[in-house]
Amino acid sequence: MQQLVFAVGTMVAGVLGCAAYFWGTSYILDLIFPSKGRSGVEASRNLRITNAIRPWLFLAPALFALTIYLIYPVIMSVWFSVHDRAGQNFVGASNYVWMLNDGEFRQSIFNNFLWLLVVPALATFFGLVIAALTDRIWWGNIAKTLIFMPMAISFVGAAVIWKFIYDYRAEGTEQIGLLNAIVVAFGGDPQAWITLPFWNNFFLMAILVWIQTGFAMVILSAALRGIPEETVEAAVIDGANGWQIFFKIMVPQIWGTIAVVWTTITILVLKVFDIVLAMTNGQWQSQVLANLMFDWMFRGGGDFGRGAAIAVVIMVLVIPIMVWNIRNAAKEMKGH
Amino acid sequence: MNPATRSPLTWAVHLSVLLLVALWTLPTAGLLISSLRDKDQLAVSGWWTALSTSTQNIVARAPGADTQVERDGKFVISGDVLEGTAAGEVSAFGFSSQKPTAFKAGETAELNDGEKLTVQADGSFEIVSDTKMEGSRGQRIFFTAAIPPRFTFDNYVEVLSAEGIGASFINSLTVAIPSTIIPILIAAFAAYALAWMPFPGRAILIAVVVGLLVVPLQMSLIPLLKLYNGVGAFFGVPAKTYVGIWLAHTGFGLPLAIYLLRNYMAGLPREIMESARVDGASDFDIFVKIILPLSFPALASFAIFQFLWTWNDLLVAIVFLGAGQDELVLTGRLVNLLGSRGGNWEILTASAFITIIVPLIVFFSLQRYLVRGLLAGSVKGG
Repeated sequence: MQQLVFAVGTMVAGVLGCAAYFWGTSYILDLIFPSKGRSGVEASRNLRITNAIRPWLFLAPALFALTIYLIYPVIMSVWFSVHDRAGQNFVGASNYVWMLNDGEFRQSIFNNFLWLLVVPALATFFGLVIAALTDRIWWGNIAKTLIFMPMAISFVGAAVIWKFIYDYRAEGTEQIGLLNAIVVAFGGDPQAWITLPFWNNFFLMAILVWIQTGFAMVILSAALRGIPEETVEAAVIDGANGWQIFFKIMVPQIWGTIAVVWTTITILVLKVFDIVLAMTNGQWQSQVLANLMFDWMFRGGGDFGRGAAIAVVIMVLVIPIMVWNIRNAAKEMKGH
Repeated sequence: MNPATRSPLTWAVHLSVLLLVALWTLPTAGLLISSLRDKDQLAVSGWWTALSTSTQNIVARAPGADTQVERDGKFVISGDVLEGTAAGEVSAFGFSSQKPTAFKAGETAELNDGEKLTVQADGSFEIVSDTKMEGSRGQRIFFTAAIPPRFTFDNYVEVLSAEGIGASFINSLTVAIPSTIIPILIAAFAAYALAWMPFPGRAILIAVVVGLLVVPLQMSLIPLLKLYNGVGAFFGVPAKTYVGIWLAHTGFGLPLAIYLLRNYMAGLPREIMESARVDGASDFDIFVKIILPLSFPALASFAIFQFLWTWNDLLVAIVFLGAGQDELVLTGRLVNLLGSRGGNWEILTASAFITIIVPLIVFFSLQRYLVRGLLAGSVKGG
């Protein structure tokens, strides 16, 4: 309880501090370069100076935090990745060489590509289908809310929920895991799903699909509603059926949004860590890059060189999407 | 679509949506129902049978010989095998693990040493012997009983007190609240500068923010951990503190905050600001009195995102706050329980539900803003 009071206190202090900074610097700036009540030339000169400085005062705290917490670490990670486990001696590319020869790393890369193929595709597909279907029924909004709900659940919470579904009891005893109960009801043998090499990846992916479908649905639903009515009406008049309208008229018009959803989920997949840690911790050949990296950060006292090298690999995989995002944003700003 | 074909198609839509909704809600529903069940029932039957009477095979142990009483020249140990469960009905019993259901309720079983065991359907039992019984360990009684469904908050009481979930709940709140509020103000000023104050390099800064949106958190961990250790050693303070994690969450949340708020502010009508400027208002006044109030929907969107993210985060918390018993947040505690109490579903389900209840409340009460934020937050394509 005491720490909660401390937290609220810090929060208030932080907010007041920020407010004081923004107000104070603004005030001082106006004091040094006053523009009110001065003669024409001096006033306009001072106004020009304050207008040039003020944006940077407004930006300074944000730029400082971004630099310390994101830009500096990106540079330092690359630096650490060519140094030894304590980050002291330069070792060249040996961390990367180790990586290429490490079976667990190759396993992680393989699994990560599986995740990249399956999760964005399935989540986008389900999201699109659900968005299209729920638009046609009166209780569509309730359905959407319920499917959107897993978005709010933490990866760890979701892992517990699904581990319960995959729970395995020895053959002959009553299954309390839903999946095994269904399998047994249909006459199959119960399986310890998350310990089955290769296939367990898909059982872990199901969790992320379950969480992310709501996100895809919300964005795609808005995009579908933005489609001009005339195009659909014209297709109806031309005698197109439901499938044709959906796949040939509607989907092509929202390709851009589909790509955004796809890439957003792709980024998330590259960073997936909590689910694997909570479900298998990389055992039974289910390791992924983010969990492997976390492993190396702390395993045996921690090997920062190898951990950083794995982080750099994740970063490199993200860069194409980053470039694409920046280009899109730039294009959009020119359009304004 | 003509009316004749519409009807079956509509039914198909209704049915498939119903199926999808079931698929998406059943996992959570199963967790909630399970967390409220009696732990013995939870361990032997699926949550979908929670409302039906379950048949359980149970082993009970009679009290030791020191509790025997002499009655009519015989020695008697009595008790209730169903003690502890609310109600139930014993159908069969036995005294060896090979034949746990050898006798029907109400029958009398002859034990190996001449004692007689009778178990009634209501669970009461008697062991009767002609001679004084010896031994401190009581007779084992195997029985099959039909136990009616039982719901209880016991699991919640247990995890909140004994498993440290209560303390972790406070830790999570301590992390999440300042981590949500502090970035908002910083980002709001920066977003205003990027949206409405012309200065050289503005376009590049916006591009940088968009780029930073997708930088994987993993990149930051090792350098920041080193940095925190260095700062901690230099000032002689612990490296893992709440202040440290608040600032970390602030830094990681800023790109999204700036991006969301800038997009929103850039969409505000230019006329408002120009007329205010003509009236002699400074940038600071315009921001505080006009922009900030108008941006409330965007601020709310970001606040919800950031709260959900900091509350649900595991990685940042265990790296920057530590994995010790005192500082574990809810997600970290849950991962630990998964390891140590992996088979105790009554503990896991109740703990998991406590960790997800706060985000669910936030989600259901503020969903409108969440959707709006999502729509604004994803970089628009094409």
